[in-house]
Parts: sequence; C-alpha cells; structure tokens
Amino acid sequence: MPEARMNCLADLRGRQERARVAFYGPKVRLSVGVGTCGLANGAGDVLEALRDEVARRGLDFTVRATACVGLCEMEPLVDVLAPGLPRVFYHKVDPARARDLVAGLAKGLHHGDWALMRADQDKLLVDLPRSLTGSLNGLAAVPTFEEIPFYRHQMKVALRNCGFIDPLDVEEYLATGGYSALAKAMESMPPEQIIETIERSGLRGRGGGGFPTGKKWRACREAHGEPKYVLCNGDEGDPGAFMDRSIMEGNPHAVLEGMAIAAYAIGASYGYIYVRREYPLAVDHLRRAILQAEQAGLLGINILGRGFDFTVRISRGAGAFVCGESTALMASIEGQAGEPRAKHIHTSEKGVFGRPTTLNNVETWANVPVIINQGADWFAAIGTKASKGTKVFSVVGKARTTGLVEVPMGMTLREIVFDIAGGVAGGRQFKAVQTGGPSGGCLGEDQLDLPVDFDALTAAGSMMGSGGLIVMDDRTCMVEVARYFTNFLRRESCGKCTACREGVLRMYELLEKITAGQGTTADVDLLEEVSRYVADNSICGLGKSAPNPTLSTLKHFRGEYLAHVTEHRCPAGVCKALTKFTILTASCKACGKCSKACPTEAISGGAKKVPALIDQAKCVRCGSCREVCPFDAVGTE
Amino acid sequence: MSDHAPANRKVKTVIDGREIEVARDTWALDAAAKLKIRIPTLCHHAALTPYGACRLCVVEVTKGKSTWLTTACDLPIREGLSICTNSPAVLAARRMTLELLWAQAPASEEIQALAREMGIAKPRFAARGDGENRCILCGLCVRACEQLGAGGAIGFTRRGVERTVDSPFGGQATLCIGCGSCLAVCPTGHIRGIDRAGQRRMSTWHTEMEMAACESCGALFAPLRQLEHLRPRLAEHIPIVKVCPACRRAKAAKETTLPARPGAALIRNTRK
Amino acid sequence: MAPTNLQTQAPVDLAAADAVIDSYQADKSWLVMILQDIQEAYNYLPQPVLEHVAVRLALTPSHVYRVATFYASFSLTRRGRHLILICDGTACHLRGAENLQEELTRRLGVAPGQTTADGLFTLETVACLGACALAPVMMIDGTYFGKLTSEKIVAALERFAAKEAPDA
Repeated sequence: MPEARMNCLADLRGRQERARVAFYGPKVRLSVGVGTCGLANGAGDVLEALRDEVARRGLDFTVRATACVGLCEMEPLVDVLAPGLPRVFYHKVDPARARDLVAGLAKGLHHGDWALMRADQDKLLVDLPRSLTGSLNGLAAVPTFEEIPFYRHQMKVALRNCGFIDPLDVEEYLATGGYSALAKAMESMPPEQIIETIERSGLRGRGGGGFPTGKKWRACREAHGEPKYVLCNGDEGDPGAFMDRSIMEGNPHAVLEGMAIAAYAIGASYGYIYVRREYPLAVDHLRRAILQAEQAGLLGINILGRGFDFTVRISRGAGAFVCGESTALMASIEGQAGEPRAKHIHTSEKGVFGRPTTLNNVETWANVPVIINQGADWFAAIGTKASKGTKVFSVVGKARTTGLVEVPMGMTLREIVFDIAGGVAGGRQFKAVQTGGPSGGCLGEDQLDLPVDFDALTAAGSMMGSGGLIVMDDRTCMVEVARYFTNFLRRESCGKCTACREGVLRMYELLEKITAGQGTTADVDLLEEVSRYVADNSICGLGKSAPNPTLSTLKHFRGEYLAHVTEHRCPAGVCKALTKFTILTASCKACGKCSKACPTEAISGGAKKVPALIDQAKCVRCGSCREVCPFDAVGTE
Repeated sequence: MSDHAPANRKVKTVIDGREIEVARDTWALDAAAKLKIRIPTLCHHAALTPYGACRLCVVEVTKGKSTWLTTACDLPIREGLSICTNSPAVLAARRMTLELLWAQAPASEEIQALAREMGIAKPRFAARGDGENRCILCGLCVRACEQLGAGGAIGFTRRGVERTVDSPFGGQATLCIGCGSCLAVCPTGHIRGIDRAGQRRMSTWHTEMEMAACESCGALFAPLRQLEHLRPRLAEHIPIVKVCPACRRAKAAKETTLPARPGAALIRNTRK
Repeated sequence: MAPTNLQTQAPVDLAAADAVIDSYQADKSWLVMILQDIQEAYNYLPQPVLEHVAVRLALTPSHVYRVATFYASFSLTRRGRHLILICDGTACHLRGAENLQEELTRRLGVAPGQTTADGLFTLETVACLGACALAPVMMIDGTYFGKLTSEKIVAALERFAAKEAPDA
C-alpha cells in the first residue's frame, strides 16, 4: 500500500527511516540486475525463477529488480542481503542456480562457492555503514568488493545506487538517504548558497564540454525571463557509451533530485528530461520515478509543503545524434527538427522556448545531491586541480573485462585499461584507446599515462566526452576506425552548414578511398586540410569535433595511413581490399573452428589432421577465422 | 554572468584595425558594411533573419586571449570583440567553402564565378550527384517563404548530405501563393518559375496558379492566390489587390507629380 | 486546393492519430513525441495522417514533413511486422558488427532500411543500443540479443518467424 503524500520535512525523515528499516529489515532481500545488459543476458528469466521459487516454498523473502552494477559481462548478477550477513553477489546466474540459491537461503545458507564477491559494509551506499551480526560461515573465502580488481580502484558517486536499489520503488531510494539533499537545500540553504556550493565543489559538466556547472546555474538565476527551465540531457548518443543509460535505469530519482535542487536554486518551475528512443527502459524507469515522486510530494506542486513547484516531463528523442547538442536538443523539445543554432547568446539567457534554461547531462545531475549532502569541500578533495570528483566510463571494445566504472579524476588511462579492465582481451597487444565517442580521439600506448582530466585529454587531441572508453588491440586498423566514426558523423550531420555537411562527406570519401587501397599521399594531405577546415568552420559541437577521430589518428598513427597509400597494405589486416587471409599450415592444428566460423563456407579441411585451406574466391575477408583461431594460425598478407 | 544592457547601448569594436561604435547586438556583417568593408555572403539577405549556414562570411574574432573563426552574419557585436575579415585563415576557409559548394552545386554559374574570383580553378572533389544541382541549401528561399511569403509552403527535408529544400511530401506546395520571394532571393539559380498563358508556374514546387488581371489595364500582374493572401493584411482603401503596379504608379504619379517608372513584372522568367 | 498526391492514397482511419494528439492536448511542442506514438499505432507515418497532424496542431505541412524526415526512427513507408535493429556502435563495430549485418542481409535477402518481401522483417542498423559490454548486439522488437554470433542470428530469426506461423 503506497504511503501518503509528504507535506513537510518531518514526513520525509519519518518515511526515510521506515524505508531504511524495511531495506535492512528482518527479511531476506534478493535482487537481480535487470538493466539493459542484464536483460540481454537472460536476467529476466532469473528474476522469474527467483520469484517463482520463493512463492513455491512460501518464503517471506523480498525479491527485487535492480539495474546494472557495472559488471555487465558477469550478468545476470544476483545480490543477496540477509539479516546480519554480508551482502553477497552471485554472477552468471541461470534459472536453475537461482532456484538452488533460494533453496539454500531458505535454510539460512549461502553458496559461497558460487559467489563473486561480498560487501561487509554498504560503503557504496553513501552514509550507510552497517554492522554484521551473523558469522561469515562459508563466506570467508569469498573476496570482498575491495579485493576485486574491477572494483578496487573505483569510487562510486554518480553510480552510488545503481544495481543496489530497486529503481522502480522510491522507498528504496529513500532508504539510502534519497531526497535528503533536496530537503537540506530547501530547509537550510538560500539559493545563493546552493549555487556557491556547486561552484566551490568544482563540478564540471559530465556531458563532455566540462563547463563549470555552478557558473551555468548562476547565469540562469541572474537571467531575466519567466518561466525558467531545467533540462536533463539523456540523449547519450556516443556509440560505445552507456553511463547515462545506466544511471537513468538504475537510479532515476538521483537525477530528479539533482534537477529539483537546481530548479529551487535557479528559480525554475519546469523541467524536461530528453532521452533517446533507443533507451526504452530508461524512459520507463524515469516515467515511473516521476510519477512516484509526484505522489510522494517530492515533485510537482508545493514540494514537501515548502511552497516550491517543479514539474518534470520526459521528451523522447527520435533518432538523431545531433540532438545531444544543446541547441538542437532544445529545438527537438520544441517540436522541431534538431538543428543547432549559433550560440552567441547563451542558453542561460535564451534557451528552450526562448527562456532562460539550464542544461546538464544525466551524470552531472546525479552528482548534485551528493555534493549538497557531503559539502563542496568533500567533493573538491577528489580529483585533480581543475577536474573534481569522479567520472564514469563505459569500458568496452577489446578490453578483457567490459563494463561501467567510476573512478576519481586524475586516475590514468593505463590504470583504467589495465588495472580495472584487466588489459586487452585474448592476450592481444594494446594499440589505442578511444575516448569521447565520435567527437573524441584515439590515443596510443605513449599517451596512456594521461590522467582522466578534462583539460589534459583535450590537450592530447581527444576529449573526456561523455565517457565512452573504447579499447583497441593490434587487430584494429586506425584508418578504418577513423572511417567508421566519420561515416557515423556523415549520417548524423544535420546538414545545415556547409562545413559539416560537405566537409565531413569529403573526409569520408577520402577515408573510403584510402581504406580501399586507392589513396595517395596527396589524399592524406587533403584529408588533413579538410579536417582542419571542418573543425574551425562548423556551427555546432558535432561539426567542430567531427574531425577529432581523423586528426588524432593522423597525429598518433600516421604511419598506418602511409602504409595504406604507399605500400597498399593494411598493417592490422582489417581493410578488406588490402587484406588476404591465409592459413599458416605449420601452426594449424586442424581443430575446425575456423571452418565452422566462416560465414561463406570458404574454408575446407581443418579436420582429421588436414590443415585448413581458404578458398580466396569465396572469402569475404571478414576475419572471423582469425578471431576464433586459438593457435594464431591465420595470417594476413 | 548574464548581461542585460539596454538594447540601444553603444559598444565599440575594431574591424580590420578600424574602430567603430555601433548599437550593441548589431550584426558584425552590418557593422563592417558601415566601414565599407565587404564580406562575401550567400545565405544572407538584409530582409531576412540571419542563418549562418553557408559559412562564406567567416571572419576571425578575437576576444581576450582567444581567437576563432565565426560567421559575421549572425555574430552580434558586444563588448571587447576585435574582428579581422581578411586574415590568411579567413581567406583559406572561404576558399575551401567555395570549393566544397562548387562540387556540391556544379551547375551553378554563380558559385563558379565566386570561386574563380577567389582563385579556385577547379574543385578537388568530385561533383555530387548527376552534376546538375544548383542548390547549396542556403535556406534563403525557406526563410523568404516563412518571413515574406505565404509562410511554410516549402521547407527543408531530411538531413546531412540527403538534406533538400522541397515542398511537403515532394508534391504540390499547397500553401504556395506564387509570390516569387523564394526565386528572388535564390543566389544560385536553383529555383524556377515562369508566367505563361495566364498561369504562374513555380516548377520547383510543383505548383501552378491563375494570374489576376489588372482592373485598369487588363494586364496579368499577380497570382490570384497571392492577392487573396494579401487582402486581409491590407487596409481596405489600398487598391493593391486590384490594380497592377504600373497602373498604381501611374495613378500615384498623377496625384503627386512624381514621374512614373515602367512597372516591372514581379517575377522574371528564369533560364530555359 | 487539395493536394493531388492525397488522391493516390488509400483512405486512412484518423481516429488513432486523434487519440494520440488529444493525449498531448494538441500541443505542437510535443510534435516529435506525437509522431513517435502515431508511428507506434500505424507502424509507419502515412502521409494523410501527417497532413492531419499538421491541421490539428496548426502547423504547416512542410514543418511536419521536415520533422518526419529528419529523425532516423521515423518511416514514411510501411515496415515489417518485426523490426530488427543491428547495432553498429563502436564496441559492436570492433567486434564484427559489419559481418553480422552482412549475415542478416544474406539470410533475409534485404539490405538495411529494407523490408522482406513477406512483410515479416525490416532490417535497420542503429548507431548504438547502449549494451556495449555485450557487443555485438542486435534488438528485435525490443528484445536484446547480446554477444551475437551467426548461430544466434539463425535461432532468433527462426523464433520470430515461428511466432507468425500459426496464423499464416
């Protein structure tokens, strides 16, 4: 039965306490991460099995659906919170194992041998240490959170609740101290002090630009015009990035609370969250969170009886990368095509519907409540001189452990790639790391000691971006990577300005020509010339940063371009026109994996001790054989 | 910090080394014009809101320690800006813009002439499409329709390299009143229209409409639809919707003794 | 004044479109959302419906047409009963998404953006589905398929084709 609307701060404190007791209460609490990654790995079936088994046995357990805890590769993950015992996480759980787990817990027993890790204290849930009363029987051998390399170097601020609470139940957010920051702001902080706190914390926009958040708020507060708007950019369009999706799915109330605090400080009464349509689960979770917050009196009219009104609505994108660009995003919210305009007049003066507007991205909003709760100094103590706090990265590509990580600013790329993500998958050699999505750049081995810092990454020709971190190995062709990103941008350019529309098209054509083995050194020079022109002459951020993948690879991997145009060779063996796969008979063990993987049945032999043979006429140069060969017996020429 | 100075406040700026005082938020292009400094444009028209699409009018702007390229047509002059309209970076950018536009709209003689003026003999890029294109997507026609004509009879479609200017659904522009504003502002000769056999035909927008005859001399002078569009917007005593411009002028001349000029057709026949 | 191109269209029931428009109080600032909901209801955006939207929201037909052709998720032609989105995000690309798209094209006989002759599947590539840790990924009607392989593609296509079999 849902609780009544809260009308004062005392109501909130009472309800938080009741929620906390329920969360850590006498019942066993089981939860499964059913975020997008979990679902793609079969977590839905696991959740169903848990519920069914609990019901079948007539147990009084709580079964919850949470979102992603970041270790996407280990999904489905089941989190068990039993009274007096450490919190235990099980990985790669299937429905059968889920039932066994319930059977064990019915007798008060854990399956220590299946467990991934344990958390003796809920340090990750801000402000919530708890003590253990039960014995560690059977769990002593399970590593703790801090002992798992993937988590050891992490620090969860923006991701604090993701995967730990049920995002569809406001009570679980309240149980972890949710909405305390909003209450604190309304009760004891004049708007000026809130803005000053955010300024002093050093928080900068997590969407990529790194603009000081407090400065943005102040400009909007001081701007004339009513009503004012607070917007959340959830149009995470960078391919390879899913930090914001994870937060919207796993901790939607944190975003709402952050926005409400800003609205209170700025004097805004309306908010929009702009989410891309490819994130249906995020849209659903946000929608339900808004509804629950409104019913609880945490959003809408007269919030917590303090006379402050703030209404939030969701605007769903319809498939346009350029809408991540602030002015295009606002055009889309207004019902227009997402076409950017020149930003000589700031959106804090004239934003959506021509009114003063503050736009921050999802991760930025999720940081706000923590800063208000813990104070500016606490936040400013984390990170580097000019980049404070933490940053979430989605580590993907050829990394050994892929997933979502949150690290203090200042950590080096090397630490993230090697210490957290375990280096390159399959024992291959590291070649490059790409940050910042299509707007970012590729950095090589010699750049790995760069710290995660807005200015350091920009100086190196890449950018922080929203946080995609793509690991590339020696089988990645950097020219092809540039072609890939440029093709993406060619399709996503809105086409308004000549520089981006025509320039990116010509860059793409030149990259196509080079990867097809028909380029010349003059083409490489022209590519560089056009790239610089596009960077300097485009209207918006999409165009200005579109050449980054090309320019950064030209800078750090120029030799690879030259190999394509002077030797007509693709050193990584990727560009189809320049690559021929052959079986190195001396190394082939005739295991048959390559012929099985070949999509065009171009490989004969490979069984009964007969080495495999590739029929070049049938081969489509996809490289699947090379990917699966355990003996490195597929060569390129 | 946001800045809410009164709109009529004067600010000083420096353009190509010469200081000038203009009203705050004057477009840089207009400020330069006051100094008789010519900046080439394609997507700009004094009667329409700036759009900043063609990028031909880029200038180098310096404020404090930073210098960057930006379009002059949509840059409002504010405190502390210094502008250079002919630096090597500006000229190189303009040349590349024209080279790209030439390859995009290979059939436009206007673009070729401009490009040659800037020293480009031939673009280094292959001509797009069938080589017959003249449109550079400057959007003047769209803005003219919106701000001077019927309003929204035509518009942009799709995006990126597939972007076009077209009538809705590629069919008849049902809202078109045949005013010809789009044709008048088109800088590259892309838009076609013709008056023939009592009809105004805007072939680019697949529309054809009847012309009205002048009550005084009987000449066909404007599409009926345009007159219908104007009627509710005019004070009743103005006979504009009934009499052709030439007769109006003749009548006015009689009344005011100003010499009459021969009336010009609203729309001139374009190539072919 | 009626547009000639209207006459070539079969009559379309506008009731579903009206319901969508009403749910947004006919507020034109919600156009992008309204079109998404209408596409949900009609499978695509039929021209007469778009013209009706323009009338109801007091927008010009060119404005509605422009928005409908700007965003990648809108389709002005009828799509298949099942929508296959093959992700070509960076992580998927590095892990062979292009080959998997070619595999889908071979199996279905259609290129991205096309619909199979039996009207069962529409194949589209998508910039990123946000499940990068499980790359390569595809999505059919909202269901994710992670760590995709040729074998998984075959199984998935059979599963969705089989759903249709009883009424076929």
